[in-house]
Amino acid sequence: MNNKRSAISDAMIDEVIGDLLRVGVVLSSLIVLIGGGLYLTRHGAELPNYHMFYGEPSELRSILGIIKDASSFSGRGIIQFGMLLLIATPVMRVAFTVVSFIIQRDRIYVGVTLIVLSVLIFSLAGGGR
Amino acid sequence: MNNEKFTMNIALFSFLTFLGSMAAGFLGALTGLGGGVVIVPLLALVFGVDIRYAIGASLVSVIATSSGAAAAYVKKGFSNIRLGMFLEMATTFGAFLGAALAGMISTRIIAVIFGMVLLYSAFLSARGQHPTATEDAPDFLANSLHLDSSYPSLHGIVPYHVHAIPTGFSLMFLAGTLSGLLGIGSGAVKVLAMDQAMRVPFKVSTTTSNFMIGVTAAASAGVYLNRGYIDPGLAMPVMLGVVLGSLLGSQVLVSSRTRLLRIVFAAIILILGFEMVYKGITGRI
Repeated sequence: MNNKRSAISDAMIDEVIGDLLRVGVVLSSLIVLIGGGLYLTRHGAELPNYHMFYGEPSELRSILGIIKDASSFSGRGIIQFGMLLLIATPVMRVAFTVVSFIIQRDRIYVGVTLIVLSVLIFSLAGGGR
Repeated sequence: MNNEKFTMNIALFSFLTFLGSMAAGFLGALTGLGGGVVIVPLLALVFGVDIRYAIGASLVSVIATSSGAAAAYVKKGFSNIRLGMFLEMATTFGAFLGAALAGMISTRIIAVIFGMVLLYSAFLSARGQHPTATEDAPDFLANSLHLDSSYPSLHGIVPYHVHAIPTGFSLMFLAGTLSGLLGIGSGAVKVLAMDQAMRVPFKVSTTTSNFMIGVTAAASAGVYLNRGYIDPGLAMPVMLGVVLGSLLGSQVLVSSRTRLLRIVFAAIILILGFEMVYKGITGRI
């Protein structure tokens, strides 16, 4: 059918997705770097304790908790916010792909992509805990 | 020995894990094997980190490298988005299952499975080149799912067919499960499924698998984050190190020395694989 139109929007969507991925990685790396700087200046002289497993406190586990912790300028909270942004990057990518299949009126793949997106959102929202 | 390691403070510990992760990312990008597979053994065996924290830190670095690399590939038109999305149904469900399993089974069993995956990866990378497809008849299922596509090459646009959908899909489910259980990209299994079973052209399978790795890892990373397995203090130097290392590794031109590096990296993976199996069986992990 309208191959030309979908070819153009395909290329445009690819551009957007490429930029989205790059921005996601760079931005989250910068946030992690800032949080890491804060964390190391405040706690760098303490001793690490990673050989025993305790699990993270609840404020570093959920989306809302992380946002709250990061906005109080806790170094670990800011790092975790960067991690959250990084994990959200591929999720955003899949969301954009849904849009691209809607533009192409490809019903099968709108469905396929929505299934993938739901698994991702369910997992990030804490469905697997 | 282990006690001695933990007399170092957080600043030094972060610096050393940063350097180690950078080396892993560098070698992973240079050899095309991905650095993710050595991060967990590096943290668990060398730095004495609990394997659950190690897996959490590895997962986020896998997302970072995959997304970074995919950003460059996606504009070149090699990756097959439909094929990737279709197979992601298998990998994301698998990853979710793997992450759920990781919370239930003992860390010793995880270590042994991890070791075996390392041994297999070492075998694959030492063997090197993959056989290429010969006959290319269209497949009914692939055709109805619009999975056949084409890619740009020096000789113009090359069309191709995709085969063995059920086998490929099942292998991808396995790849996803391993990714969620072990915090790795499972690139080796993904390429195996797409190259060997589905007979997708090499360039298409590597780039498509690369874009799938980030999405798959995100499916399990959500579970790990919610369960408190991602420690910011540990994930910070690991993620930054792997990102920087793989960025540097992808800038270096591929030369004759890469073959030697490949062998060296395969040997490191082999040793880490034996060590993981041994530590898992003897319960020292």
